Amino acid sequence: MLSRIKLGEFKNTPPIDGDGSQRQRIHPHKFTLWVAIGSIIMMFAGLTSAYIVKSNQAGWQNVAMPKIFWYSTGTILLSSLVMQMALRSFKQREMNQYRLQIAGTFLLGVTFVVLQWLGFQQLWNSGVQFKGSSGGGQFLYVIAGLHAVHVLGGVIALMVMLIKAFLGRTKLYSSVPVELMATYWHFVDLLWIYLLVFFLWI
Amino acid sequence: MSNDSNLHGKPEIVTGHEVHHDEHHVHHHKETFITKYVFSQDHKTIGKQFLITGIAWAIIGGLFSVLFRLQLGFPDQTFPILETFFGRYAKGGQIQPEFYYALITMHGTVLVFFVLTAGLSGTFANLLIPLQCGARDMASPFLNMLSYWFFFMASVVMVSSLFVSTGPASGGWTSYPPLSALGDANQGSKIGTDLWLIAMALFVVSSLLGGLNYISTILNMRTKGMSMTRLPLTIWALFFTAILGVLSFPVLLSGFILLLFDRNLGTSFYLSDIFVSQTGQALPNEGGSAILYQHLFWFLGHPEVYIIILPSMGIVSEVLAVNSRKPIFGYMAMVGSLFAITILAFLVWAHHMFVTGLNPFLGSIFVLLTLLIAVPSAIKVFNWLTTLWRGNIRFTPATLFSIGFVSLFISGGLTGVFLGNSTIDIHLHDTKFIVAHFHIVMGVASFFGMFAGVYHWFPKMFGRYLNSTLGFIHFWVTMAGAYLIFWPMHYEGLAGVPRRYLDLSGWHNFNKFGELNKMITVVSIIVFAVQLMFIFNFFYSIFKGRKVRHQNPWGANTLEWTTPIRPGHGNWTGEIPEVHRWAYDYGKDGREFIPQTEPIGKGEGHH
Ligand code: HEM
Ligand SMILES: [Cu+2]
Repeated sequence: MLSRIKLGEFKNTPPIDGDGSQRQRIHPHKFTLWVAIGSIIMMFAGLTSAYIVKSNQAGWQNVAMPKIFWYSTGTILLSSLVMQMALRSFKQREMNQYRLQIAGTFLLGVTFVVLQWLGFQQLWNSGVQFKGSSGGGQFLYVIAGLHAVHVLGGVIALMVMLIKAFLGRTKLYSSVPVELMATYWHFVDLLWIYLLVFFLWI
Repeated sequence: MSNDSNLHGKPEIVTGHEVHHDEHHVHHHKETFITKYVFSQDHKTIGKQFLITGIAWAIIGGLFSVLFRLQLGFPDQTFPILETFFGRYAKGGQIQPEFYYALITMHGTVLVFFVLTAGLSGTFANLLIPLQCGARDMASPFLNMLSYWFFFMASVVMVSSLFVSTGPASGGWTSYPPLSALGDANQGSKIGTDLWLIAMALFVVSSLLGGLNYISTILNMRTKGMSMTRLPLTIWALFFTAILGVLSFPVLLSGFILLLFDRNLGTSFYLSDIFVSQTGQALPNEGGSAILYQHLFWFLGHPEVYIIILPSMGIVSEVLAVNSRKPIFGYMAMVGSLFAITILAFLVWAHHMFVTGLNPFLGSIFVLLTLLIAVPSAIKVFNWLTTLWRGNIRFTPATLFSIGFVSLFISGGLTGVFLGNSTIDIHLHDTKFIVAHFHIVMGVASFFGMFAGVYHWFPKMFGRYLNSTLGFIHFWVTMAGAYLIFWPMHYEGLAGVPRRYLDLSGWHNFNKFGELNKMITVVSIIVFAVQLMFIFNFFYSIFKGRKVRHQNPWGANTLEWTTPIRPGHGNWTGEIPEVHRWAYDYGKDGREFIPQTEPIGKGEGHH
């Protein structure tokens, strides 16, 4: 593989196997993302376990989930679909479609966050607030809020991709960044589905 | 894969001309001071940044312990000089209660997280993972750089909390609510605790960024021939450390987030039915559970103690094998016990909570799981001792610190077996016995591993040696001092002396420990002074130490010693060497050591 090295500008690539062929390994960045996803899962596992422990104790009050969350669920599912289409377009080098689809994912992501915010407002106005006794509402704000923060992180990343796509200076036709984006986006989608089911059933 | 399209052909062959060309090239691409030393993406520089920041924190954290030991050893004496430096915190030359609690809290926080987590893993994971796996750098040098700078920001916030007018957090390094949640209950629980929580959140981010990279690098960036079972044990230990961190720190973060909500927004995650006597007010919070915080905290807290000890275990394994000129005994058993410890570390957290009213049945399960940790721990100790056994031991400072580590780990592990039994723990919980247990098994032991690593790899980091005479003084004083300080605390704890109390004079029973406490304080001061001597040695040797003239000064097998004495960014000037054997062929076939890069000879057996 890399045989020469220029100080400070070497290629930092995974090595090759004994016979000179490249090892069929997952790209390091993708791997890093998977570990990061594991880490995020632990965070929400911690919070939802706390929810379960607390919900069995005295003084617990359940809350009804705001209706608007159904719309946000639809939105994020749709955005996942569009993201997947964007990935396919990118791989097929249909850059115009790719741009549109990334823009679509971005807009749907923003919509999701706005809908969540509206849901929180509904809940807040219905009297479920921070002050006072503990209950499902306080957890819902924190857990769904943290989820929205993770979506927002994805939205920012999408914005960067969007700008890059429109500036059109992609000389490197590597699909890795798009794949990373898609993986993360599907993950926050699935995470939301998990949380939704959790809030409905527990 | 994207950026290695040039890989499909045969590996390129370097000709002398090309190498020359590149060396020439280097001059044109001179890095600036900023990219080389400040915002560097070179893992070796980042490792040094972690180390030096860790040293700064160790001085601060160590000094704090000397200050509160003054109070514990000489409760009725005054030290006017303290008032000069700390003003109203040491009114009349005596450490005030708020100050005392702030000191023990910051001592614990700083040493556990900023020194023995960031300073230790940060230093050696960064330095050793690419070098010993045979990689140019981490999987993502950029995230790696971010990891350091998040640590730096965490440090800035934590330092700033020392200077706010109500003082820093002072509810103990565990920051249990309700105390830590109520600013009215305690000066330190005002803005100090918010800053503490923010600093810790930044710290968690730093740990996660680092850990992700370490795992990804170890699994994906090893050089040709470097199978997992050929990795030196340092890398295995750092690997499991990173896994522990990546899976447990996020849970701590969620615990902290809930605490921030309770503190600032009036929620009741942890709070219920509270009357604050300082303000004479009953709080509206209802239905919260302070125990919930303890679960979230110790779900990290216990893995955290292994995050602290595992890197030292790895360093010690490597240093002992190199310096007894013998293969490590039971390599696979070492890896297996690291693995077992990692799994068990997630399953024992409630042994910190035996007295919280935990269901006794549940408690007994945690007793069982806790005591199980003794098995892999004992395997490791056995293997270190058998590695030393009949070795041709070279007593370098690194070797001594490694042997010291084993001694401390045995002593402290044995007291762990006491505590793991919930019935005994009911008596010992929150006494000085706990302080003795974890300082010996974790605090000092892990420091010893870190020292061993610094003495051993200093030549690789700076191209010079540390002074050995100072190293020997450093070892013997610290070793004797550690036992003199912490051994007597077992007796105090058995007698019931509580931890975290600033004044025991109310108990006539404990007066008999007066002289003992004086002795402990005096020894602490001496030990602290010797650490300053080490730090002098460290900085002096960076500039004036004896120069390393040999590429492989310790005659070690691992890859870092195949790089130039002062490696540039990218580590190897030519191709990355290929690996043909495990890291522990010492004293084989009549040869003292056989580097990993040497092909297996004809008729040579596998290890
Ligand atoms: C055989 C192995 C061990 C057993 C059975 C054991 C058991 C325990 C138990 C039951 C406690 C809680 C005591 C209490 O608060 O009442 C404890 C505290 C502690 N242990 Fe261990 N331990 C072992 C080894 C270790 C190791 C290897 C480390 C670190 C590397 C460690 C670090 C700590 C720390 C830091 C605390 C105190 C935390 C605090 O309350 O501030 N222990 N240990
Ligand atoms: Cu523990």
